[in-house]
Amino acid sequence: MRAPGGSDVAVGDVLLSVEDVSLSFGGVNAVSDVSFNIRKGEIRAIIGPNGAGKTSMLNVINGFYQPQQGRITFKGETRSKMRPYEAAHGGIARTFQNVALFRGMTSLDNIMAGRSLKMNKGIFWQLLRYGPAMAEEVEHRARVEEIIDFLKIQEIRRTPVGRLPYGLQKRVELGRALAMEPELLLLDEPMAGMNMEEKEDMSRFVLDVNDHYGTTIALIEHDMGVVMDLSDRVVVLDHGIKIADGTPDEVKNNQAVIDAYLGVAH
Amino acid sequence: MFYREAGQFKTDYASDQAIFPILQDRIGLAIIFVVALAIPLAHNDFLTNAVMIPFLIFSLAAIGLNLLTGYTGLLSLGTGAFMGVGAYACYKLTSIFPNVNIIIWIVTSGFFSAAVGAIFGLPSLRIKGFYLAIATLAAQFFLEWCFTHIPWLYNYNISAAIEVPQRELFGIIVTGPRATAETRYYIVLAIVVVMTWLASNLVHGRIGRMWMAVRDMDIAAELMGIRLLPTKLLAFAVSSFYCGVAGAMVAFLWYGAAESTVFNINQSFTILFMIIIGGLGSLLGSYLGAALIFVLPIVLRFVPEMLGLPLHAATVEHVTFMTTGVLIIFFLIVEPAGLARLWQVGKQKLRVWPFPY
Amino acid sequence: MHLLYMIFIDPFVQMGTAPDLLAQTLWEGLVGGMLYALIALGFVLIFKASGVFNFAQGIMVVFAALTFVGLHDAGVNAFLALGLTIVVMFGLAFAIERSVLRPLINQPDIILFMATFGITYFLIGFGEFVFGGDPKVMDTSDLFLPKGSITYHTLGGIVQLQKLDIAAAIVASIMVAGLAVFFSKTRIGRALRAVADSHSAALSVGISLEQIWVIVWFAAGLVALVTGIFWGARSDVSFALEVIALKALPVLILGGFTSIPGAIVGGLIIGVGEKLGEFYWGPLVGGGTDAWFAYVIALVFLLFRPQGLFGERIIERV
Repeated sequence: MRAPGGSDVAVGDVLLSVEDVSLSFGGVNAVSDVSFNIRKGEIRAIIGPNGAGKTSMLNVINGFYQPQQGRITFKGETRSKMRPYEAAHGGIARTFQNVALFRGMTSLDNIMAGRSLKMNKGIFWQLLRYGPAMAEEVEHRARVEEIIDFLKIQEIRRTPVGRLPYGLQKRVELGRALAMEPELLLLDEPMAGMNMEEKEDMSRFVLDVNDHYGTTIALIEHDMGVVMDLSDRVVVLDHGIKIADGTPDEVKNNQAVIDAYLGVAH
Repeated sequence: MFYREAGQFKTDYASDQAIFPILQDRIGLAIIFVVALAIPLAHNDFLTNAVMIPFLIFSLAAIGLNLLTGYTGLLSLGTGAFMGVGAYACYKLTSIFPNVNIIIWIVTSGFFSAAVGAIFGLPSLRIKGFYLAIATLAAQFFLEWCFTHIPWLYNYNISAAIEVPQRELFGIIVTGPRATAETRYYIVLAIVVVMTWLASNLVHGRIGRMWMAVRDMDIAAELMGIRLLPTKLLAFAVSSFYCGVAGAMVAFLWYGAAESTVFNINQSFTILFMIIIGGLGSLLGSYLGAALIFVLPIVLRFVPEMLGLPLHAATVEHVTFMTTGVLIIFFLIVEPAGLARLWQVGKQKLRVWPFPY
Repeated sequence: MHLLYMIFIDPFVQMGTAPDLLAQTLWEGLVGGMLYALIALGFVLIFKASGVFNFAQGIMVVFAALTFVGLHDAGVNAFLALGLTIVVMFGLAFAIERSVLRPLINQPDIILFMATFGITYFLIGFGEFVFGGDPKVMDTSDLFLPKGSITYHTLGGIVQLQKLDIAAAIVASIMVAGLAVFFSKTRIGRALRAVADSHSAALSVGISLEQIWVIVWFAAGLVALVTGIFWGARSDVSFALEVIALKALPVLILGGFTSIPGAIVGGLIIGVGEKLGEFYWGPLVGGGTDAWFAYVIALVFLLFRPQGLFGERIIERV
């Protein structure tokens, strides 16, 4: 299973760019005049101290929040407003800071839910179930099983996700996002709350997704080691403003970034 | 020991995704089916008419509400009114076209209910949770008002009630005062079984997953490309369809008549309680809850009598209310997932029997 | 054309040509609205302080009224009956806290909401069991509540105000003001607000949930008692009130679930709107519109302002 072809964006070209995006909630500025881009095939990290506006930025890219100002260009099309449905259909998927799995369902069903985009047999066939609807279920089940193999979660297929330990929940959530066959995968703190071993596993998965499937990845992460190892480029936010943008080495040595993390008085 | 999955291998995804993958479950279901078919043979009119027919009808209504509230997470207090829409629609349809097969009209009336349900579901785009429940209350009271204030609906009958005309099917009388309990029972059984099968297909497939996704985390669902309004409207429409058919059956195949009080707010609450106690998000739970709530007043009426302490009819009603209230609280404390979960736990224990775990 | 005239012009013509009728209708609407507001107030108290949406508030009003009437009819002195009813409401609050709320600490709100359905049904059954299902007449003269009415010859006609209604308005206002002060200024009031936000956080700072809940349900019980007495004084006490109490829900939508002034304003708006609607537009459709008018008002409101008049705008977070 590969990231969908048929996109005119070649590896290395800009897949998504945000320009002068500002977002505020009733007087509180979450994001102010932020611009950066993400190139196809890269792993782009978004980092910054707490409250920097990183999740808000992802939410804007996703279409969940509409920015008061600014534009988003995705696969060549520029928009000032994007609905979540449009983002999903355009090939953007994401995971969430507080695991947003469907707790009433099993792992398998959660990942199958990620295939909803691709399934289209209407209510008439669904009522009948046997026939075209079942054929569609089986076809997508096969794809989902590939993801389950890839993430090594075969044993917990039928476990209701509410009962899974945190690390496995995060993996299932990644699987659900992958089921959408996205071109751009937004990961919001995928390593949060994990121990060393789990982080190594998750890092390996992230790299594999990028290598094998060619999925472009935007990643919010607090663990600097992970960020430095995984990402191709990094953008740093602080208090809603972009303070640095470049390769991990450049950013690591940037004084403004060091100040922001160490908390020098502004 | 008797109930085991070991040794039952599935070799393709289709059979793995079958709804009753365990052989013992299928055998159990077959047995229940045979018993259901045999009930009228007991020739106990009370059993058929006062217990089994309404139990089946209310199970269907409970399934309808469960699809909306249990699977999609949209609390609705308008169930009674949607049932009423089905009843009155069926009445008008058969009044205007008396020669059409009544079963067709019973099923068609579901579509009218579905349309009304979808309209009252439109606010779900902007409103969630408790607030949506209050919107459904608007549906309940407004539709109830329509049932008594639009004389065309009840054919200008002075008492504002509808009386079910006699209708036949292949020469057998199926509705009206002369229809026998057995005939009506088999028709109800057939409709309920088929519609349960359809509901089961729905919830085990893509649409069921979409509904549950909307229930569990609608924001994530939306971000995955599931469009919320069409999904919610579909839930309202399908749910109301089921309630409408149930309502039409209440009028045509059980009471033989109906008036607006049959479809009032208390009816809405009763069905809600059935699915709370039976198990939200479970088709089996709908049946179990209907059985419990339905059988309860009957038990309360007859058991004290059998024990030699007859209770006034009024007292029975009071005790029923109290017991229902206590049961709801009890279940919410002990097992919020209802009887259906208790059943599942029971099956789990059965799987490992005679070992404790 | 004629239909458009009847809907959009004629009612206002009627209002203008008989202003005394309009004033009378407005007053009736305000009085009815006050009753809804008081019921809504009980909801708000409990919701503000425990996050529980107490569906049983309506039945608590009926239960309080029935208890008072039952005791008074049995020969108990009016003020003693009042005192005993207060004790009963306290006992009820205690029982509910013990048997329903405590076992359900930290459960999601919807579970607690459904539990209050259970309480409602139980109280309906219990109330009917103890007091019987027939409507009762409440005699409030022993409570020194005024009877009779004041008649104003004004606006070209007659406007009549029941003295009882005026008394009710005064008592209600005092009670609301007192509650508002209690919540914002006292230590217990703060604790109540803390509990409404988060059970576990409140527990962790040493607030005794059990005590708070008993206090709050008792306060709601008192409000229910006041409501019940004024209701009963105007019309028979019966279980029909339980369904009428559901109208407090649209009030809460307008006023927000946590605002005391909101409950009052919302109640008055709904009461007036409903009465005006029924009096001037009702005859066009055969009457009885007050069964659903309140809900439709609330529904329309929700579509434009999902958080109600006084509520806070809901910001979703992922």
